[in-house]
Amino acid sequence: MVTSIEVDNVSKTFSRHYTRTLQQIMVAKAKRKKTRDTFDALKDVSFTVEQGEAIGLMGLNGSGKSTLLKCIMGVMRPDEGTVRVRGRASGLIATGAGFHPQMTGTENIYMNAAILGMTAAETEAKFDDIAAFADVGEFLDTPVGNYSSGMFSRLGFAVAVNVDCDIFIADEVLAVGDQPFKKKCMKKMEEVRDSGVTLFYVSHSAGSVRKMCERVIVLEKGEVGFDGKAGAGIRYLKYDEDEDNDSANANDI
Amino acid sequence: MTTTVPPRHDLAHEPLRDPGDTGGLHRVLSHRYLLRLMVRREIKARYVGSKFGLAWSYINPTVRFFTFYFVFGIILQRGNIPHFAIHLFAGMVIVHFFTESFNAGTRSIMANKAVVSKMPVPREMFPVASMLVSLYHTGPQLVVLVIACLATGSFAPDLVGLGAAVLAFVIVLLLGTAMGVMFSAINVLFRDLTRIVQTLTQMLPFSVPMMYPYTLVADRFREFPTLHHLYLFNPLTECVLLIQRAFWWTTIGPSEVADANRDGPVFNPDVAANFPDHLWQRSFAMLGFALLFLLFAQWVFRRLDDRIPERL
Ligand SMILES: Nc1ncnc2c1ncn2[C@@H]1O[C@H](COP(=O)(O)OP(=O)(O)O)[C@@H](O)[C@H]1O
Ligand SMILES: [Mg+2]
Repeated sequence: MVTSIEVDNVSKTFSRHYTRTLQQIMVAKAKRKKTRDTFDALKDVSFTVEQGEAIGLMGLNGSGKSTLLKCIMGVMRPDEGTVRVRGRASGLIATGAGFHPQMTGTENIYMNAAILGMTAAETEAKFDDIAAFADVGEFLDTPVGNYSSGMFSRLGFAVAVNVDCDIFIADEVLAVGDQPFKKKCMKKMEEVRDSGVTLFYVSHSAGSVRKMCERVIVLEKGEVGFDGKAGAGIRYLKYDEDEDNDSANANDI
Repeated sequence: MTTTVPPRHDLAHEPLRDPGDTGGLHRVLSHRYLLRLMVRREIKARYVGSKFGLAWSYINPTVRFFTFYFVFGIILQRGNIPHFAIHLFAGMVIVHFFTESFNAGTRSIMANKAVVSKMPVPREMFPVASMLVSLYHTGPQLVVLVIACLATGSFAPDLVGLGAAVLAFVIVLLLGTAMGVMFSAINVLFRDLTRIVQTLTQMLPFSVPMMYPYTLVADRFREFPTLHHLYLFNPLTECVLLIQRAFWWTTIGPSEVADANRDGPVFNPDVAANFPDHLWQRSFAMLGFALLFLLFAQWVFRRLDDRIPERL
């Protein structure tokens, strides 16, 4: 087994800007109020992920999940500690990033794929898969500004799930889209997982985490509250109480 | 699946790396494909949905040229200087390239928020792409400029002029990139500073010898050599003079010289009067300065880069 991700004592602090204009800063200074206020989004987070593991990242809103994933993606850098990864990270995190409303679906596929790190040859090889997954028919040659919002997000998803990567990250993005499309996405993600890609899956749904992941990491106010087997993690979060509710929407994500 | 790309999942031989270590101008070069797509998208997006399309990039500078010709050549009678419209327009092309690279570069990271806050690309990419788009739009302006030169009937381009034009463009390219890179980051973190500098750049067209001839500057500053030096310390002054050496000076034939109103305050058909001493030495010094400034801009960018995604 090869280490895929190594997160070592990572902390990330944001400053909250209470005071914005120069005038406000002056007033605050004069009144001896704090002009800066910091906030720890991640506190001393450490864990290691082996290649091919599927991890459910759970925790309340604001517990630092997206921040942690951004550090793993390399978008943000931790203030303390180190993150090391092997291979290319991508996934359902930048769906539709770089889409230009006046460019056609095809042009946007190439653009978005390039942003996600694919070369022209890779995109060409995957193009039919992407087009089939997006399922927008002849709209592929019309500007995406004319797409319905469903088509727009399908196209973004289609590119993202077809990126050839080593670490696949899905951050609460399946909230949009209709049921059949969600199912299709889940199936595709299972395929990705089974192909040996490391999977990081953020979700509040115990059912889908149980289905997708063998390991769960729970963040609590920026700290790792739990790291272990999926079932135990879900029990730790006491999400099991909602299980009835969950199985009612077993396909929900 | 019909994948011709080999699978990437044999990672045993790949090292662990820092995912956030993505920045640097040198890395922009290794993302040439994405850069090309971004530049192409910007160029296409500008005229998309307009019937004339790319023709607009010829129409706009043509209209501008005729405005200059009309206002300065006919109404204001700057007739003292032969082909004053070309004198002005040539300078405009190069100043425009600079201000466009700077302004579009400054906005570039904010404009690409969606990408910047989600994907780890070298963020210098965005101002560099803006500069390349500006460079592309300079093409049609140069075409209009050359047509105007040819229309004078006395255009005699020479190799020295060509070299001067190339040097001017290289200097402005470096300076425009540097300003774009530096201020794309500054614009995210200290927005007021951008405002201040952009206000200053509005003075730029007046601070270079294009709306007035260099001879006038040399004349007025004769008593104040320090001011004269300061004036020439602006690298864009050299660039404007170089571009005028390439396009305007070469349209001045014997008949223009003969017609020159020697009593007039400004035009003297002597090279030495129309260009400062050591123009070439000065220009190469500016080239060196531009290179150093680009390195400085990259250094500033690196220092601010890590804070960009969280402040968008
Ligand atoms: N760019 C930022 N600037 C300031 N605070 C931020 C920024 N991004 C996130 N935060 C704060 O950090 C905390 C964690 O955010 P996030 O990682 O998005 O949580 P989650 O994804 O678990 O809901 C939140 O309280 C949020 O307000
Ligand atoms: Mg989140």
